[in-house]
Amino acid sequence: MIRVKITPNNKQSQLQYIREISGVNINKCIQCTKCSAGCPASARMDILPHEIIRLLQLGQVEKIFHSKSIWNCASCFVCTERCPRNIDIARLIEAIRLTIIRQPGKSKFKPDDVPGIIDDKMPQQVLVSGFRKYNR
Amino acid sequence: MMYSYYPGCTLKTKAQDLERFALISAQVLGIELAEQQDWQCCGAVYPLAEDEIAGKLSAVRSLAAAHSKGEKLITLCAACHHVIKRVNADMYSNEFVRKRVNNYLQLPKNYNGEAKVLHYLELLRDDVGFSKLAEQVRMPLTGRKIGAYYGCLLLRPSNVMNFDDAENPSILEDFITALGATAVKYPFRTECCGGYLTVNDQEANEMAANIINSAIGLEVEEILTACPLCKYNLEKELGTNTKVRIVYFTELLAEALAIK
Amino acid sequence: MPRIGAFVCWCGTNIAGTVDIEQVVQAVSEMSGIVYVKDYQYMCSEVGQNLVKTAIKEWQLERVIIASCSPRMHENTFRKAAKAAGLNPYLVEVANIREHCSWVHKNKEEATKKAIALIRAAVAKASLNTELIAKEIDVENRALVIGGGIAGIQTALDIAEAGYQVDVIEKSPSIGGKMAQIDKTFPTLDCSACILTPKMVDVASHPNINLYTYSEIESVNGFVGNFEVTIKQKARSVNLEKCTGCGICTEKCPSRKSKSEFDEGLRTRGAIYTPFPQAVPNVPVIDREHCLKFNTGKCGICEKLCPAGAIEFGQEDVLVTKKYGAVVVATGFDIIDLDKFGEYQYQNHPDVLTSLEFERLTNAAGPTAGKFIRPSNNKRPEKVVFIQCVGSRDVSSRGKSYCSKICCMYTAKQAMLIKDKYPDIEVYVFYIDVRTPGKNFDEFQRRAVEEYGVNYIKGMVGKIFPAGDKLIVHGVDSFTGDTLKIEADMVVLAAAAQAKPDAEVLGRKLAISTDTNNFFTEAHPKLRPVETHSAGIYLAGACQGPKDIPETVAQAGAAAAKVIGLLSKRKLVSNPCVSVVNEDLCNGCLSCLKICPYDAIAAKELATNNHGITSKRIVAKVNEALCQGCGGCTVACRPGAIDLKGFTNKQITAEVDALCH
Repeated sequence: MIRVKITPNNKQSQLQYIREISGVNINKCIQCTKCSAGCPASARMDILPHEIIRLLQLGQVEKIFHSKSIWNCASCFVCTERCPRNIDIARLIEAIRLTIIRQPGKSKFKPDDVPGIIDDKMPQQVLVSGFRKYNR
Repeated sequence: MMYSYYPGCTLKTKAQDLERFALISAQVLGIELAEQQDWQCCGAVYPLAEDEIAGKLSAVRSLAAAHSKGEKLITLCAACHHVIKRVNADMYSNEFVRKRVNNYLQLPKNYNGEAKVLHYLELLRDDVGFSKLAEQVRMPLTGRKIGAYYGCLLLRPSNVMNFDDAENPSILEDFITALGATAVKYPFRTECCGGYLTVNDQEANEMAANIINSAIGLEVEEILTACPLCKYNLEKELGTNTKVRIVYFTELLAEALAIK
Repeated sequence: MPRIGAFVCWCGTNIAGTVDIEQVVQAVSEMSGIVYVKDYQYMCSEVGQNLVKTAIKEWQLERVIIASCSPRMHENTFRKAAKAAGLNPYLVEVANIREHCSWVHKNKEEATKKAIALIRAAVAKASLNTELIAKEIDVENRALVIGGGIAGIQTALDIAEAGYQVDVIEKSPSIGGKMAQIDKTFPTLDCSACILTPKMVDVASHPNINLYTYSEIESVNGFVGNFEVTIKQKARSVNLEKCTGCGICTEKCPSRKSKSEFDEGLRTRGAIYTPFPQAVPNVPVIDREHCLKFNTGKCGICEKLCPAGAIEFGQEDVLVTKKYGAVVVATGFDIIDLDKFGEYQYQNHPDVLTSLEFERLTNAAGPTAGKFIRPSNNKRPEKVVFIQCVGSRDVSSRGKSYCSKICCMYTAKQAMLIKDKYPDIEVYVFYIDVRTPGKNFDEFQRRAVEEYGVNYIKGMVGKIFPAGDKLIVHGVDSFTGDTLKIEADMVVLAAAAQAKPDAEVLGRKLAISTDTNNFFTEAHPKLRPVETHSAGIYLAGACQGPKDIPETVAQAGAAAAKVIGLLSKRKLVSNPCVSVVNEDLCNGCLSCLKICPYDAIAAKELATNNHGITSKRIVAKVNEALCQGCGGCTVACRPGAIDLKGFTNKQITAEVDALCH
């Protein structure tokens, strides 16, 4: 664990990319934690949504890229719905996911994974959603 | 009244009940649903990134087709509804998306978000009217304790979906009441079931469990849904538990209309 | 050509940073008519003003150009200086090279060009300026205070004590406002009623104060010193003079369905009611919507029982028109509707309360006689959760973008009140930031934490899930990053403060402006905080923005001082820049009459003699006392017969020509 962190400046391009494709101004966040408090998937997250925004504000993208949280966001839009600062957090987290999976070989869910999870009741919707969210 | 109807992939395969009961009920209620020709998969999830255009094209094809016929576009699956409704909002108010999509599609006429998209439930509420529906009920579901499960995609984000109050909705309860059953409002009725997360994490789904426990806690016997994915997640979590049954809203509709 | 002197102000770097003063001075000195140019760092300072005065005398200046800030800021300052030097003040012309130039431009070269052009226009206009003589108008030495809460009460008392007549108009049946509903006040925890009710009695008994309760503003005409206000006294259905306040009627009224507004709906009241026992006046009103007599024709029990014969079902609304020299707006605030915040279960659960409801619940005179119990089961709660910023600092469609300012302090107060009476009750406060600037305020809030052990959690609540007889509060502690679930028995929501819903309508009647949040706008946020842009109309209290009681009382005193200052003048100097009609050109179409917002134009019959044949024709006539110099009529006049003194068509054209030069 690294205790002392130096605000990195070599991740600006990734930060800029996240800003652009999400269309979100992260500086609007006042860290009220409303997003995290209402997040139904927070039990599966190592970093809470408000912490993700804080880390982005500090330029610490690496920590977010290595978190479980971004893959366990269900895009349920509760955070977006309730944010008092009009921040579309769901879009922001999607942008972070895309920043990773748009890199070659970084897809999280591949056709080879399908046999392992499929059952006869699973609606097509699940697989299509899975490929849209975790694969490029 | 004539409507364009968009079914979606899941309804033609794993969720045939959702569609079948909807279509026979529509006939009884005098609603003419004409399935669109050459509809394509909506993509299941709305592309959230600003730069994703391709994922929005199929929704626009359906929207433009309905608009050119001068008909409202009716959806049934919650996921399809979410995608089509949000893409329509983009076409209406997002210049960047509108320009690119129109450039790509080269439709006979540019599409600018003019079509009206209604979920089947909105059609019942706004165009038919729940009081009119109640009059058509042949076999009221009297005494049955039914809990509505809204999930995410119909309600949020409310400024685009405009479906109902996102925190305190009532459309499904009003529907249940119209069918003569007892609507039970349980606290987790608008929480997420976990959605597509099953792809990433095959472990226990505490999100679905919370919903089921919340409903069972208020003695709900049937949980009503409009989404095949919600039904799948809830049933998977339920396993062999028979305290509560997960059912499509259209199935209950057909039952109350005595055509099931 | 008159002899013109020009004075160019640097305004420190405000102007000089963007405008090349030297170049401006050079260019101005070459303009025709200019006999003297001077620049200085701060022209508005004493030294600067003396430069102007001295130059007027030494150079026999006939016109003065001041190139500086907006005329709204210092036109008066320089007019006074000119007057002191013996020059008619209306021969001074201001060229605004700060707000209209240096502040809005970055390019020095372009800004300098623009400054020169603006001065050229001022010179062109000034050459055509004429001496104007201001007239005097009478001042009606009575004030009107709109709103009978603590702001209105304090304003009225201060004005009345200075010896002037004050009318207080209050919409509801009693004065007292929000402060009357509150239990204790921060930061001293003294009882709100104990400090307010004596003031209410003072208002009622003061010989200089006249109360109009259950009344509203119908219309406002006139201008500073001479407002004419029509007040609608709503039918009370009870005779104010006859009623003795015995209370038999309110006790025996069989209709019990209406929710008490004063008790925030936590108890019901009769259709004939006094809002609270200490009401002033202590005379009930009949709520006609819920009265059986008015709805069915049957009942009339109150009328039968009233020993004073004060019940008058036949009363009708009465309109009263009175004149006032000054008006103070003190209409207060409301809290927002929580319908859109479904996640807090306010509509669905009786144990989720607003802070104002909580005040009634802990108040000894409240619906539970001060017993702290849950509305759902009348049992004492064991855990209470407070949530701050419900709708405050919220830029989404359901909230207000501003900080409501009072919630941090009253929440700390409410938390302490619980812990003081019942130390065993666990109290949690969810907050985004604790904001406690104010004398003894932070100390007060810290006491809640340090002495009373209130658990402050930096974070918000996502949602409340009712479960059995508990409210499960899902929140986050942002310091630890932990998600929390608290099994609460009661939740108190600090709902955002908002402007009164009818503020805009009242603002329109008074011709005063409101901001984007519908709070009334002060004339200057720092230097004129209790004045409005309409002369003679002042603001006090939360109608101008969220405020606590100490601040409201201070502002009320300030507004009163302004009113006293105005009323103490027997005469006011009127603005000489009024419209004049050239009767030879006027064709009597009276378009001007229709467009005038101040009813300052009337038709006048003119007898003409044309070669022995007398005929009559109609022309427009301006009432100079009423004209505010807006200039609307000069534009509406087709034959160009009306001119505005100080801004004649010729002067304006000269300015435009000079700008286009």
